[in-house]
Amino acid sequence: MRREGKRNGVFTRRALLIGGAQLAGLGWLGSRLYQVQVEEGARYSTLAEANRISSRLIAPPRGRLLDRFGAVIAGNRQNWRALLIAEQAADASASVEAFARFIPLTDAERNRIERELRRHRRFIPVVLREFLSWEEMARIEVNAPELPGVLVDVGTTRQYPLGPQMAHIIGYVAPPNEADVAGDTMLALPGMRVGRGGMERTHDEVLRGRAGAVQLEVNAVGRVIRELDRQEGTQGRDVTLTIDAELQASVLGRLGDESASAVVLDARNGEVLAMATNPSFDPSLFNSGVSQAQWVEWTNNRRAPLINKAASGLYAPGSTFKMVVALAGLEAKAVTVNDRVNCPGYMDFGDRRYHCWSKGGHGNVDLRGALKNSCDVYFYEVARRTGIDKIAAMSSRFGLGTKLAVDLPGTRQGFVPTRAWRASQGKAWNIGDTIVCGIGQGYIQLSPLALATMTARLATGRAVEPHLTRAIGGMAGAGARAEDWPSIGLPERLLSQIRDGMWAVVNEQQGTATVARLDIPGVQMSGKTGSVQVRNVTREQREKGFKSENLPWELRPHALFVGFAPHDAPRYALALVVEHGNAGSATAAPIARDIMQDVLRRDPARRNEAPPRVAGRS
Amino acid sequence: MALNERRLIRAEADFGIATKLWRVSWVYILLLCMLAGVGYVALFSAAGGAAEPYAAKHILRFGFGLMLMVAIAMVDIRIIAKMSWLAYASGVALLVLVLRMGHVGKGAQRWIDFGGTLWQPSEWMKLALVLALAHWFHKASWERMGNPLFLLPPIIALLVPVGLILKEPNLGTAVICAVVGGVVFLGAGVRWWKVLIVVGAIVVVAPIAYEHLHDYQRSRIDNFLYPERDPLGTGYNIIQSRIALGSGGMWGKGFLQGTQGHLNFLPEKQTDFIFAIYAEEFGLVGGLALIGLLAAIIGGGIVIGVRCRHQYGRLLALGISTNFFMYVFVNIAMVTGSIPVGGVPLPLVSHGGSAMIMVMIGMGLLMSVHVHRDVEFEEHRDDP
Repeated sequence: MRREGKRNGVFTRRALLIGGAQLAGLGWLGSRLYQVQVEEGARYSTLAEANRISSRLIAPPRGRLLDRFGAVIAGNRQNWRALLIAEQAADASASVEAFARFIPLTDAERNRIERELRRHRRFIPVVLREFLSWEEMARIEVNAPELPGVLVDVGTTRQYPLGPQMAHIIGYVAPPNEADVAGDTMLALPGMRVGRGGMERTHDEVLRGRAGAVQLEVNAVGRVIRELDRQEGTQGRDVTLTIDAELQASVLGRLGDESASAVVLDARNGEVLAMATNPSFDPSLFNSGVSQAQWVEWTNNRRAPLINKAASGLYAPGSTFKMVVALAGLEAKAVTVNDRVNCPGYMDFGDRRYHCWSKGGHGNVDLRGALKNSCDVYFYEVARRTGIDKIAAMSSRFGLGTKLAVDLPGTRQGFVPTRAWRASQGKAWNIGDTIVCGIGQGYIQLSPLALATMTARLATGRAVEPHLTRAIGGMAGAGARAEDWPSIGLPERLLSQIRDGMWAVVNEQQGTATVARLDIPGVQMSGKTGSVQVRNVTREQREKGFKSENLPWELRPHALFVGFAPHDAPRYALALVVEHGNAGSATAAPIARDIMQDVLRRDPARRNEAPPRVAGRS
Repeated sequence: MALNERRLIRAEADFGIATKLWRVSWVYILLLCMLAGVGYVALFSAAGGAAEPYAAKHILRFGFGLMLMVAIAMVDIRIIAKMSWLAYASGVALLVLVLRMGHVGKGAQRWIDFGGTLWQPSEWMKLALVLALAHWFHKASWERMGNPLFLLPPIIALLVPVGLILKEPNLGTAVICAVVGGVVFLGAGVRWWKVLIVVGAIVVVAPIAYEHLHDYQRSRIDNFLYPERDPLGTGYNIIQSRIALGSGGMWGKGFLQGTQGHLNFLPEKQTDFIFAIYAEEFGLVGGLALIGLLAAIIGGGIVIGVRCRHQYGRLLALGISTNFFMYVFVNIAMVTGSIPVGGVPLPLVSHGGSAMIMVMIGMGLLMSVHVHRDVEFEEHRDDP
């Protein structure tokens, strides 16, 4: 009993103590209530009975896209619009009807408004009409008493000051769909846009920002008396791209009327300085809605303005692929630098004859000569000796036919065949297929972006990855310095042999691209041309002295050029594809020369050596 | 010896239903009815001045809960004690079940579908934990209380459900569960510093458990801890709630005079934010009166514990009252914007069936303690 009593005593003491603490807790809640209801409540109690507090969410302005020097590529401009807050209208559909009497609404608009009224919570404003003129705004304001729940406010809309020049890089924004809104309620706010392509999509979350809220005192008819409290939203952060907008414009200008695309990389770190695709389109049209006629025009245009040919267009690389074939052969020791191959203008293998582009042949050529003259027979032979799988393996080290870590949505990987791939189709690999791969034809399909990457890797020996993002919110990521990129693991000795051949292409008599010789003293470009047939040339045509210039446009060969400069200290890599441009040396090389000269004169990579700030690793 | 004699008589007179009903604290039940009445009024107002869809159902459920409570109060406390660990095991099993196949709702996997209603096993677990801990300490002699090894099993019994609830993740309920368990430890006479060690251990373990959660689970926890990350969700409710409270002022706007339009912003006005509706219309005076009523219920529960003559009943009463207190405290602190939103209802006032049934089961257990406060209930068998 003694112990029992003691235990009981302890319990009683403690229970009362705990109970006391709980009462104290409730007392504290009472004091909090006093604070909120009476002390802070004074702020609200001054409001007249007839007045109400209305809370509204404010959409944050979308972050901007800037070029590497801070020029605005994608910005915001003011957008006056009429909104309807269902909660403040006695009858929302009556308000819509009344609105339509002053500003006519199309059936499509009505359907959209009805759908949004059903879908959103009652305090979320629904857009009745965007991009109001002054006259329309005046009409709404004058008739405000008849339009309960309708208000005019100013939001922002996306603006692309450079228009078509940047279209394929920017991508576009569009109103969010239901799935987007389910993922982020903020997107239900009027004027919010979601990035649907390009960099707008890559950085959508960064650009989007966070919503704020504003508390307004409104009178009985819903007119705003004053603002009580405002929590600013956070503007989306700006994203700085690697693009040089002026260079981009200049490159696009040089492409002229051709259906063409060009990529200029900083060869040391993979920064995309220009990525131009011609023809282009105006991305701001997507923001306000594209007309049917415009859409039909775009999709039917055989020059495909909506497609980013630089990253999503795939072409047989033709002779621009020969460097990779040569390196595969050299590394596999299937050929040495000094080995000579006799080119009589063709090579017979099996029961087929493989032609060199030069009918008369090149005679006995070594590697340097074969590159310089783009001798097909030499590379048929190297490819035959090396084998397709080693060529494919070398390709992937140069970023060809493999997935690049590029931050642009819609980039296509391209394709380089292997025996395993052919076997997976249930077919045996023919040596003949290897032979045509030796000159970058056959199954090989690559994008200009991949070719530019290949060129940059040839020039620097480092596995740079192309990328378009330079900094987010002023903070740069890793990868700006050449040392950030691993070596591709080829001996400098081999690479310099290849570069020497490419130098000869441009800078030696009888090179295939002497026209591309730079007009800048002391600076030389090295490069390689390519011309790829889009149809087979028959023996009959060949004997008749076939001229591709006489073909209809869509049957002419594509013209390609890849190159880097300066030769001694590679800084810029370039790839250019002119669709149906006939010959690399005649069409592509002069354009490439002008672009590279322009790049070197501007020297964008050198102008701001250091990126803004490096993001701290926390 | 008069005392012993009295106990003997009581033990032999295994009193019948009528006696038990007589011993039920009808005053306490009156307090509960008043609280449910406040709930009716507030829910009537939340529906814009109509019994449907909340208030009528609320009072119906309360009637059912009241019958359940009285029925449980009739059950002999010794039988309840025997089933303590069974209840505990079922609670743990349900928690495991909910982790495996429960509904994901409001950002966490904490609901289970039973009979068309969504139940939170963690609510049941809190009661079951109190039952189990009370049972353990009931048979503890004063000497054994000092033995750390004796304290190990109840500590584990506390940590297992806390860990499982944390994994749902439901940090709020896990913390409430730990606090309620800790209070039972204290009531049992465990030294203050030992309880502090247990609480400290949970503080250490929780972040480790947190580390082991997947990223998406972690973001749920982060959303709980930092609601301002989600300005359109919970943060928005707080703003609205404070406008309602503030505009209520000292005397309130009067019944049904609250500006309902404002509270249309509150998607959960009839559940977690019911106090805001009530306090807008009845002001600080009404709010303090309600807090006073809640204090009376909590204090009354603790008094039931103090008046009980066996350790099991004492600890049970203390634990259940503390659980009730934690609901009230977290809810009102949340509505006044004093702590982050926790998704905890105001007991017997908020709309919601399963929560009310759980509260009333707890009240039934409490009342059983009261009815059977004097029964002969063998304690610490090993004592001389």
